[in-house]
Amino acid sequence: MSLQPIPNPEIKSKEIAEQQKSKSLGIEALLRLLKSKTSIIGLIIITILIVTAILAPFIATHDPTTQSIPDRYQAPSGEHWLGTDELGRDIFSRIVYGTQISIRIGLIAVGISMIVGVILGAVAGYFGRWVDQIIMRVIDIMMAFPSILLAIALVAVLGPSLTNAMIAVGIVGVPQFARIVRSAVLSVKETEYVEAARAIGGKHGRILFRHVLPNSMAPIIVQTTLGIGTAILDAAGLSFLGLGAQPPTPEWGAMLSDGRAALQNAPWVVAFPGLAIFLFVLGFNLFGDGLRDALDPKLKE
Amino acid sequence: MKKRYLFMLLAVVAMIISACSGDTGSTSDGKEDEGGKKTLVFGRGADSIQLDPSKVTDGESIYVTNQIYDTLVRYEEENTEVKAALATDWEVSDDGLVWTFQLRDDVKFHDGTDFAADDVVFNFERWTTSAEFVYYGYMFGASEEDMGGIIEEVEATGDHEITITLSEPNAPFLQTLAMPPFGMASPEAVEEHGDDYFKNPVGTGPFVFEEWVPDDSITVTKNDDYFGEVAKVDEVIFRVIPDNGARFMELQAGTIDLMTGLNPQDIGTAEGDDALQIIRRPSMNVAYMAMNMDKEGPLADKRVRQAINMAVNKEELIELYEGIGKEAKNPIPPSLWGYNDDVEPYAYDVEKAKALLAEAGYADGFDITLNTFSNPRDYMPQPKITAQAITEMLKAVNINVEIVESDWDTHLTLTENGEHDMAFLGWTGDNGDPDNFMYVLLDKDNATVGSAGNIAFYKSDELHDLLKAAQVEMDQDKRTELYLKAQEIIHEDAPWLPIAHTTPPLAASSSIVDYVPHPTGSEPFNLLDMKE
Amino acid sequence: MIKYISRRLLMLIPVLIGVSILAFSLIHLVPGDPARSILGEKATQSQLEALQEELGLNDPYYVQYGRFLGDILKGNLGESIQSKESIGVELLHKLPATIELAVFAMIVAIIVGVIAGVIAAVKQYSWFDNMSMTAALFGVSMPIFWLGLMMIWLFSVTFDILPPSGRLSTGVELHTITNFYLLDSILTGNWLAFKDSFSHLLMPGLALATIPMAIIARMTRSSMLEVMRQDYIRTANAKGLKKTLIVFQHALKNASLPVLTVIGLQFGLLLGGAVLTETIFSWPGIGRYVYLAVLGRDYPVVQSTILIIAIIFVLVNLITDILYKYLDPRIKFE
Repeated sequence: MSLQPIPNPEIKSKEIAEQQKSKSLGIEALLRLLKSKTSIIGLIIITILIVTAILAPFIATHDPTTQSIPDRYQAPSGEHWLGTDELGRDIFSRIVYGTQISIRIGLIAVGISMIVGVILGAVAGYFGRWVDQIIMRVIDIMMAFPSILLAIALVAVLGPSLTNAMIAVGIVGVPQFARIVRSAVLSVKETEYVEAARAIGGKHGRILFRHVLPNSMAPIIVQTTLGIGTAILDAAGLSFLGLGAQPPTPEWGAMLSDGRAALQNAPWVVAFPGLAIFLFVLGFNLFGDGLRDALDPKLKE
Repeated sequence: MKKRYLFMLLAVVAMIISACSGDTGSTSDGKEDEGGKKTLVFGRGADSIQLDPSKVTDGESIYVTNQIYDTLVRYEEENTEVKAALATDWEVSDDGLVWTFQLRDDVKFHDGTDFAADDVVFNFERWTTSAEFVYYGYMFGASEEDMGGIIEEVEATGDHEITITLSEPNAPFLQTLAMPPFGMASPEAVEEHGDDYFKNPVGTGPFVFEEWVPDDSITVTKNDDYFGEVAKVDEVIFRVIPDNGARFMELQAGTIDLMTGLNPQDIGTAEGDDALQIIRRPSMNVAYMAMNMDKEGPLADKRVRQAINMAVNKEELIELYEGIGKEAKNPIPPSLWGYNDDVEPYAYDVEKAKALLAEAGYADGFDITLNTFSNPRDYMPQPKITAQAITEMLKAVNINVEIVESDWDTHLTLTENGEHDMAFLGWTGDNGDPDNFMYVLLDKDNATVGSAGNIAFYKSDELHDLLKAAQVEMDQDKRTELYLKAQEIIHEDAPWLPIAHTTPPLAASSSIVDYVPHPTGSEPFNLLDMKE
Repeated sequence: MIKYISRRLLMLIPVLIGVSILAFSLIHLVPGDPARSILGEKATQSQLEALQEELGLNDPYYVQYGRFLGDILKGNLGESIQSKESIGVELLHKLPATIELAVFAMIVAIIVGVIAGVIAAVKQYSWFDNMSMTAALFGVSMPIFWLGLMMIWLFSVTFDILPPSGRLSTGVELHTITNFYLLDSILTGNWLAFKDSFSHLLMPGLALATIPMAIIARMTRSSMLEVMRQDYIRTANAKGLKKTLIVFQHALKNASLPVLTVIGLQFGLLLGGAVLTETIFSWPGIGRYVYLAVLGRDYPVVQSTILIIAIIFVLVNLITDILYKYLDPRIKFE
C-alpha cells in the first residue's frame, strides 16, 4: 500500500550533518524551493485544492447530497459539468466538497503517523540499547505485515468509518516515520552540542525536544508532505473496498466505488473522482519532491 | 539514439497487444466442442461452499446440488406446488401427524447403488446427528436437546415405503420436504468419503457430479439414466466470475451462456442486444427496512413508524431497482397464496408525515441510524444507494439519518442483537408458505435478542395468536383467512417500511430456450435446451 | 557469509512470532462470528453454539493461539473454516497466481523503469528526461484501482480487446502442473492457453507495474546521476571512452545497488499488497484470499496466510540485502 520509496537513511544523516555546518541553510533551501519548477507546480495545485475546500459552497454548482433519482447517470452537460451519479447528484459539486474531506484525511492520518512515529523513532534513537531493540522489533513486525491487509484488519476491528480509516492509515504509516526519525536522531545524538547539553546535566526529555528533534526536522517535513499523498491513496483504497467513508459523504474513493456498477454505461461516475484523487496526490508529491531537493543540496548541482 | 529506444518500446508494446488480443472471444465457445456436445456455461459471482445441500444455506451451493440430488417431492416448474419425484404417492392421517410415502423402485444413485426406503431413513437420521445440518434444524425446530425436532420417527414400512411421524401437525410439511436441502444422498458415498463427502456428492438427480476446481468451476454431466426427463444439454459448467460487470462482459463475448447477478445498470444493454435475453426469476422475496421497537425513543411510537412510511417516496425509490423490483406493501410477495391485496399502502405525503410526527412530539425531528450491508443481495441489488436515497427523503421530515454500513456477517450479528435503530434486511422464501415469511420475520417468538429473525422486535399478541393458529390448521382456505387478517395488523402497526419484491434478472445468450427460473432461487437444468 | 545469513535468519524468528500474534489478535478482535458466517441467517442459536464449540472458538485465546502455533510448527497451516479445504492446498493455487502477477509486473517495471532511468540520466534535462520523469511522477501519484477500472473501460468495454477478469477464459483447457499458467502452458506446449493467460495477465500486470516502474525509473536516474559525477567516470570521460561503454560498464553497474534495494522492497510489497488490483480484476491471488477471509471471519486462513506472506516478504528482503552486500565490495560480511 505505502509504495512510496523509503528515503535512504544514509543520505539523510549526511544531510543533517551538513545542516549544522550551514546556518543559512533554511533560507537557502527556501530559495531553492522557489526556484524549482516542480515544487511551484505542486504548490499551485495544493493552493487550488485548499482554496476549493474553503470556498466549496461558492464553487459548487449544486448541493452535494441533494438527489434527483429520475436524473441519475446523466452524461456531463452544461447543467452538470461532470455528469450525475447513481442518485442523480451533481458529480462536480461532490468532488468540490470532497476536497474538504481529502484534506482532512491527509492531515489527520499523517498527523497520527507523524506524532507516533516521531516519538517512537526519537526515543529509540536517543536511548538506544534495549529500548531501541524493542521499538525497532515492533516496527519490523509492522513492516513485515502487508500494510494494506493491516489497514483492512484494523478497520475491520474498529468498524468501517472515515475516522477509523484515518486511524488505520495513520498507524500503517508509523514505521516509515519511526525509521527516518531514528536514523536522524542517531546522527545528531553524538554531535558536540548535544553532548554538551548532556554534560551540563540536561534532562533527557529537554535535550530530546530542544536539541535533537529540531535538528532532525528536514526529513520529517519531507516525509510528512509525501505522506499526505500516500495517506490519501490508502484511504481512498479503503473507501473503495467499502471500509472507509460512509455514504453519503462525498469521499472520492467511495464515489468511485459506488459508480463502479455503471462502468459500462456511465464511465464518468468512475473517471472524475479518480482524476481528483490523482491530482491531489500529484500536488503533494511534486511539492514533496521539491522540498526534498531543496533540503538535500547534495543532489542539486 | 533516444528515438530508437522509443521506437523499440512502442514496437514491443504493439506486438504484445496484437499477439494477445483480437481473438480472445473466439478461443472458446462451449457449443463448439468436439462431437457437437452441448455445454452450458453458467456464470456466477461466488463459488459453492459445499456440495452437500443438507449443510449449506448459500444459494451458490444449492444451485449445483439441485442438479445432483432429488428430493422426495419436487416443486412444480413455475411455483411452489408440489409434484412427485422420488416419492410417487403420499397420504397423511386425519390428525396431520402420520405421513406415508410410496417411493419409486426404479431409481439408482449415481454410484450405481439402488435407491430404497432404508436410504431415506439413513438420510433423515444423518440430519439429526449434528448442528451442521442447518436447514433440518431450522425447518423442523431441532435443538440440542431434541435433535429430531417435530419429526418423531422415520420408518421404512416396506422396501419402497416410508412412514414419517410428527409430534405436532405441520401445515407446510410437504412443501418443506421439496426444499433442496432435503435431497437424498447415497449412504454408501457418505460413508466412503466421510468428511470429504461434500467434495464428492452422489445423488440421483439429472446431472452427475464430475469435477470441482475451487473458486473456478464445477462441472456436472448429464445423467442418461435419470428417471425423470433426461437433460437436453450434455454438460453444465458453473463458472465463478466475481465481478458483476466482468461477468456481463464475458456473456457479451460469448464465453458464458447464462449468468446471475446482473448489475441493474446493465439490463438495458442486454435488452438492446439481439444475441442476449433477460430472463426474470419470479419473485418470492421481500426487502424491507425494519424499525427497532425495542429501543426507547421515537421508533417505539406507532405514529412515527407510520410517518416514516409516508415520508418515503417508494415510486422513486423503486426506480433504483431499474425495472427489476415492484413496490412492496405487505411482508409477503404477491405471488404467494394468502397475499392481501386489499391493504392500502401508506401514500407518499410529506405534510401528513410531518403532522403525525408533530403529534408524536417530534415536530423538530430526531437523529437516528440506519444499518445496511455492503454486498448486494437478490432482493436488494444496491443497498448502499437505497440507504442514501431513504436518508435524503427522510431529511424532508427533519429526520436525520446516519448510515452504518457493515459486511453481511457483521450486519446479521448486529441486527440479531438488536443493536440497530433502523436496518435493511430481506428474505427469500424457502418453501412458498406464508408462515415462512410472517412467523419467521414478525412473530414475537422470533424477537429474542441474539437470534432474532424479527429484527423489528415487533411483539404483537394478536398477531401471534393468528400465526400460531395458521401453523396447525391443515385447511388452506382457513389458513388464507388467518394470513389476510395478519397482514392488516402488520400494516397498521407498521414495524417495517416494506420496500420491494424483486424479480432477480438472469442474462442469457438468446440460444437458451425453455429455461424457467424457479421462485425459490434455483432449479434443475434438465428441462432447458440450447439451440444452434 | 553463512554466519551472517544464519544470524539474520535467527533475527527473523521474533519478528515472525510477532506477526503471528498480531494477525491472531486482530482477526479475533474483529466483531462477528465464524459460526454465523458459515451457517448463515437461517441458523438457530443452539446450532451456532454447537458449531462454535466444534470449531474450538470457546477455548481461551491462549489455547487457540497455542494450537495455531503448534500446527504451524508441524508444518500444518490448518483448514479453512469456510471451504473446509486445507489452507496449504488452497495456497498452492493462490500463491502462484499472485507470484505470476507480481513477477510479470516487476519484469515490466524493471525493464521500462531502468531503461527510462538510464536514458533520463544520460540525457539529463532533455525532453526525454522531462517526459519520463513527469510520467514517473504521475505513476507514483496514481490510484491504481482507478487506473485498473479505466483500463477495463478502455480495453474491455470500449475496444473489447482484452478480457476484464480472471486468469483464463472459459473453455480454454489447461493442464496445470505448477499453477503458474504461463509456465504450465509452455510446459504442455499449449499455445492457445499461453496466449489466453497472457492476455489475462496484461491489464492487472501493467496496473500493478505502474508504481514500481515509476519508483525504479526515478531511483535509477538519481543514482546514475550521482555515480556519473564521481571522479572515475569523469576520468573515463576525459580519456575519451565511448559514452555507451561508460554508461553500461561503469555507471550502471555502480548505480545498480540502490536500485536493487528498491526492487527487492517493491517486489515484497507487490506480493502482499495486490489486494486492490486482485479485487478489480478478480484475480484469484492471496491478497484477495485474505481480504475475503477477513470479511468471512475465516480465522485460520487469515492467520496462516498473513504469516506466509510475511515470511516471503522478509525472505525477499533478506535476499536483497545479501545480494547488496555481495555486489558491493565496500561492505564486508561480519
